[in-house]
Amino acid sequence: MTDFAPIVPVGNDILDIGSRKARRQRNADPMAPSAAMLMGAPAQFDVPNVSNPAYYCRNNFASVCGTGDENQDVKFMKGTTTLAFKFQGGVIVSVDSRSTMGAYISSGTVKKVIEINPFLLGTMAGGAADCSFWERNLGMECRLYQLRNGRRISVASASKLLANVMRSYRGYGLSMGTMIAGWDEKGPQLYYVDDDGTRLKGKMFSVGSGSTYAYGVLDNYYREDLTVEEAIDLGKRAIYHAAHRDAASGGINNLYHMTKDGFVKIHSIDVNDMHYEFAEERANAMSS
Amino acid sequence: MSILEYNGAAIIAMQGDGCVGIAADRRLGAQLATIATDFTKVFRMSPKLYVGLGGLATDVQTLHQLLEFRMNLYRLKEDREMTPKVFSHLLGQLLYEKRFGPYFVEPIVAGLDEKTGEPFLSGMDLIGAPVHTKDFVVTGTCTGNMYGMCEALFKPNMNPDELFETLGQALLSSVDRDALSGWGGIVHIITKDAVITKELKGRMD
Repeated sequence: MTDFAPIVPVGNDILDIGSRKARRQRNADPMAPSAAMLMGAPAQFDVPNVSNPAYYCRNNFASVCGTGDENQDVKFMKGTTTLAFKFQGGVIVSVDSRSTMGAYISSGTVKKVIEINPFLLGTMAGGAADCSFWERNLGMECRLYQLRNGRRISVASASKLLANVMRSYRGYGLSMGTMIAGWDEKGPQLYYVDDDGTRLKGKMFSVGSGSTYAYGVLDNYYREDLTVEEAIDLGKRAIYHAAHRDAASGGINNLYHMTKDGFVKIHSIDVNDMHYEFAEERANAMSS
Repeated sequence: MSILEYNGAAIIAMQGDGCVGIAADRRLGAQLATIATDFTKVFRMSPKLYVGLGGLATDVQTLHQLLEFRMNLYRLKEDREMTPKVFSHLLGQLLYEKRFGPYFVEPIVAGLDEKTGEPFLSGMDLIGAPVHTKDFVVTGTCTGNMYGMCEALFKPNMNPDELFETLGQALLSSVDRDALSGWGGIVHIITKDAVITKELKGRMD
């Protein structure tokens, strides 16, 4: 690199951090860790030293769909129920908290909603490490965007940043099925992003092994004009029914409400307590 | 996944002072989907003899019917109840008869000898290799969990009440760490005077 190389401005913030960072990178020792790496974002991952690393990863750390990791030493957190839906009052994000390794329940108190920033929530289904790492990384990218441009990133852009990462690692066996919920200039937003690079905009999603049960409840009772209380109750019930029927879902229901002022954590309720609450409710309805 | 783990189960039998107990969960699943939460996997074969059948549900029911038939035949021929020891041998033989096309069931037997009142415990694999113990036997999809709990909670010469408490706690804690079993439980305590059966309220997820 010479000093005469044209300096392309990166971003358009007043302090010009982006351009200075780029210049520093260009002058740096190629063996030294890059500036991006020092900031916590990996410039590059080590990949297996074989002719086709993607193929190798896929066959030895496969995890994405079904029981691909059954005969492997490395098993991943897979059983889950997560859901999110838009309604008149914002977005509801509701999840369970069970983590399984095969039939063994490795934890019953996992936080599957990732608070990316006050206006962005991500959900976790699939590999716990892949979800938490890449959503944390997304949080950093969103913060950098805000510093560079002086305004918050749209949910469409944020979800696309994540989808682009997923697309670039396609075939390497990443495992992630996430919903990105947020509130931006255009109002409440909801996107689904997964490990093969799929990115969908929608009103209602459910992800994980218990998702079919949750969809059953959601499709039945969902309306656009739900009140906030009704919407919270729906999110809670859908998770309960999934946790009851799906062996790989359960534990605690964590529920968030995305409003124009950012997210609000509504509750953490033990699914087992819900079972008896709803059983009582049914008994009362029957007797009256 | 092994066919023995297709439906999910957790069964423990334990010995006390002049009594034995057997506890099981109530789930019937098809892999991750829970089909029923009132399934029976522990059966009464005679007033003081119970058998727990863990494994593939269809074979659990078939084997139970076969055992019921053989018990009735024995009663007619001998005009007395089968002892636990004889029952355990019979069960082992029935399983080995199907050596090359087995029932996918791993049974455990718990009972008191009608005459001597002596406690009896045994467990076996799906082709009838028996294990006799003087403390506890387990079968199902979370044997590791159950052995851990039993190893921690068991003490020799428990009375029926202590035995019930120990079995109940061991079962509930075991199934709370297993995705394929749970959804309530049932405990039978067999003493020389009576059999006490209690249902357990468990986590429903």
